[in-house]
Amino acid sequence: MGNTPFWPESASNWAQGVDALYIFLVLVSVVMCVLIFGAVAFLSVKFRRKPGVQPTAIEGSHFLEITWSVLPMFFFFAFFLGGALIFFHERTPPQDASEIYVVAKQWMWKMEHPEGPREINTLHVPLGKDVKLIMTSMDVIHSFYVPAFRIKQDVLPGRYTIMWFRATQPGTYHLFCAEYCGTQHSGMIGSIIVQPEAEYQTWLNGGSSSVPLAQTGEKAFAELGCASCHRSDTQGRGPLLAGIYGRPVALEDGRSVMVDENYLRESILDPGAKVVAGFRPVMPTFQGIISEEQLAALVAYVKSLTPSSGQAAGAAPAKAEKGPPQMKSGRSR
Amino acid sequence: MATAVLPPQQRTNYLNAEHGVKSWLLTVDHKRIAILYMLSITFFFFIGGIYALLIRLELLTPAGDLVQADTYNRLFTGHGIVMVFFFLIPVVPAILGNFLVPLMIGAKDLAFPRINLLSWYLYVIAGALMLHVIITGGVDTGWTFYTPYSTAFASPKVIEAGLAAFINGFSSIFTGLNFIVTIHRMRAPGMTWSRLPLFIWAHYATSLVMVLGTPVIAITLVLLVLERVFHLGIFDPKLGGDPLLFQHLFWFYSHPAVYIMILPSMGIISELIACFSRKRIFGFNFVALSSVAIAVLGFLVWAHHMFVAGMSVYAALIFSFLTFFIGVPSAIKVFNWTATMYKGSVTYETPMLYAFGFLGLFTIGGLTGLFLATLGVDIHVTDTYFVVAHFHYVMVGGVVMAYLGGLHFWWPKITGRMYPESMGKLAALIGFVGFNLTFFPQFILGYVGMPRRYYQYPPEFQVLNVLSTAGATILGIGYLFPLVYLLWSLRYGEVAGDNPWNAAGLEWKTSSPPPTFNFDVDPVVDFEAYNYDELKEIPVER
Repeated sequence: MGNTPFWPESASNWAQGVDALYIFLVLVSVVMCVLIFGAVAFLSVKFRRKPGVQPTAIEGSHFLEITWSVLPMFFFFAFFLGGALIFFHERTPPQDASEIYVVAKQWMWKMEHPEGPREINTLHVPLGKDVKLIMTSMDVIHSFYVPAFRIKQDVLPGRYTIMWFRATQPGTYHLFCAEYCGTQHSGMIGSIIVQPEAEYQTWLNGGSSSVPLAQTGEKAFAELGCASCHRSDTQGRGPLLAGIYGRPVALEDGRSVMVDENYLRESILDPGAKVVAGFRPVMPTFQGIISEEQLAALVAYVKSLTPSSGQAAGAAPAKAEKGPPQMKSGRSR
Repeated sequence: MATAVLPPQQRTNYLNAEHGVKSWLLTVDHKRIAILYMLSITFFFFIGGIYALLIRLELLTPAGDLVQADTYNRLFTGHGIVMVFFFLIPVVPAILGNFLVPLMIGAKDLAFPRINLLSWYLYVIAGALMLHVIITGGVDTGWTFYTPYSTAFASPKVIEAGLAAFINGFSSIFTGLNFIVTIHRMRAPGMTWSRLPLFIWAHYATSLVMVLGTPVIAITLVLLVLERVFHLGIFDPKLGGDPLLFQHLFWFYSHPAVYIMILPSMGIISELIACFSRKRIFGFNFVALSSVAIAVLGFLVWAHHMFVAGMSVYAALIFSFLTFFIGVPSAIKVFNWTATMYKGSVTYETPMLYAFGFLGLFTIGGLTGLFLATLGVDIHVTDTYFVVAHFHYVMVGGVVMAYLGGLHFWWPKITGRMYPESMGKLAALIGFVGFNLTFFPQFILGYVGMPRRYYQYPPEFQVLNVLSTAGATILGIGYLFPLVYLLWSLRYGEVAGDNPWNAAGLEWKTSSPPPTFNFDVDPVVDFEAYNYDELKEIPVER
């Protein structure tokens, strides 16, 4: 209660731009309010009823109508552009951002760092580094909201949504769920802890579970028998996965799709939905068999596979360097 | 003041033409149906108000201490459903619109008097169903019924509450249909489109939205029930559905619904400002057509409620862009109302004070809408108290100010009695101060980051919440007060006369209260709307 903030803390790369745009909007609004309320007050007093003074009939003015219709549009356009630029940037995460998986459920947040540590309702992030969150929900819609970062993204069941930021100020900040999700909605809160790089590394190394996420995924990949079809050579019944992430791939029905987290997710849970050209829809679904955490690990693993690293699981590593970088060009044409 | 031979209370009018409960419950007189609506909608306004009071009391302290979390969730859901579907949407069209549309165009009644009565019965059935939901435990989905929470998780009353909204929707559709046909077919001789009062233009635009938009929410609610009962996979991803589809369908109606609320209110404001400035509305054609523009553009901006929902970037960009355009017709109206006072003869009776209040609150509500249309800013403030403050400024500040202004203005026509003027002014002032104290702190609260629908909150948000609750108390008084003195005036108010404001418009050319068929002599219109320059000026001291 002691200190009541009238302005949120600013701790991310977004804060400055959003604040500047907000202040611009506030200024324009204040000017408009002063003009309109001033005009209402002035006119209603100046032209108050006086004995013997008759009102003058006035039809209107095309000049005024056009002026006050067109003039605001310039401001509207400026607001639109300012907002759109920030938004577009917000929705374009950098390639090399470190990727943290977030799983929301009634009423908690689970975070999984690529290096292995997991946290609940707390997220440690390094200062000054791009961080990308890959988020999904196990039940209803939630929303990941960090006021100090000026950013928010709904977290949906059945798909991944993405947000990214770069923390600019060490400290501890509120994490709120911003989409109503049931009884404990207002209890679904947590902390974002921004630490300088060295401190963050110490925290990472001090964690109990330090098996990297991709490695957990590799283990699951082997245990679930994925490697029997997704072989590291081109002879498997499923497409080669090395290097597939981040590229478009041709589909059986002639369309093509960008291989992102959502496509990988869909291909594991609903393999028949978008089959890569040249393959038959023989893969069984893993819906209900694997957890969101395993799914995140598998996705992280597939993304970690580069053509040169090859697929470790279930296949001879020696073949890696011979594998063509893009399996689809070999099989689909 | 009254010029009739008989004292006004002894003349036959729609109130004393027939007596007994049956004569009211089976009436097809649009004026009596308006009174039925007034009673039932006022009832629901106070139900919704009690919810608001409990919400504000809970938020007085950061901890969840007054009620349980689940109870709180039912409170804000009940507040939203009751206020949106049972108060804000019908309040102006079903009460003042019902009473005035035929009077203003010189008709004996609406085109379909029986359908009009049916509308009221549908409202009552829906309202009774909603009351049953409230009494037997309530729903906790929020008035937005977002899936998959509403289909897979929320309390069991969802179907019943959805059904209540569904039935109520038909009440709205029938009212809209009735107005459209009436305005097209039943205007008095000489009442051309360009002579129609702006209140009628606004109701015409509103009716279009009611008829075109409401079926979509009905369809959406049916799909929701199908998923909840029969587990058809429409919205829940676990069943193969898409939760964003629900949001698109929901907002396709529920955004235009905002204009169902605000357009009729804008119509009232045009009447009030013209009368109390003694002038025709500045830029009449622009104000009339801006209502139609709002109705059309209102259908093209729904997804601005979904910028963080997981929509594509390009869809968000387009919806943001389109949203700014709907600011233009709203701005046109505000500028023209202001300009109307120029070289007028302005007086400050209660209805005009409410019109000033409307201008203040609607301008703030409209300007903060620009913040929410701006993508980068919306990402931060959507789903926070900033949004709560914004839509209360537009929907409550705007609609309730206009409704109360209109109610005071036409009270002498409806009841034949004047309300006490000094009390009216006081109530308008209390309401305006209370409203701003309640909702202005919420803008700050939202930008600082307090999410909406929070039962408990971090302690640093408390001061602003206390201010808001204090304001709500004052606002409550501002809304209760008129109820008291308006009831008082029914018996003790000064007898009004046919045209106490010396106002233009056909509704003032018949007696107060009007006879059952509105006009003793069928009116012929040979004058423009708001021909105040042709009316004799009334003495200053009135």
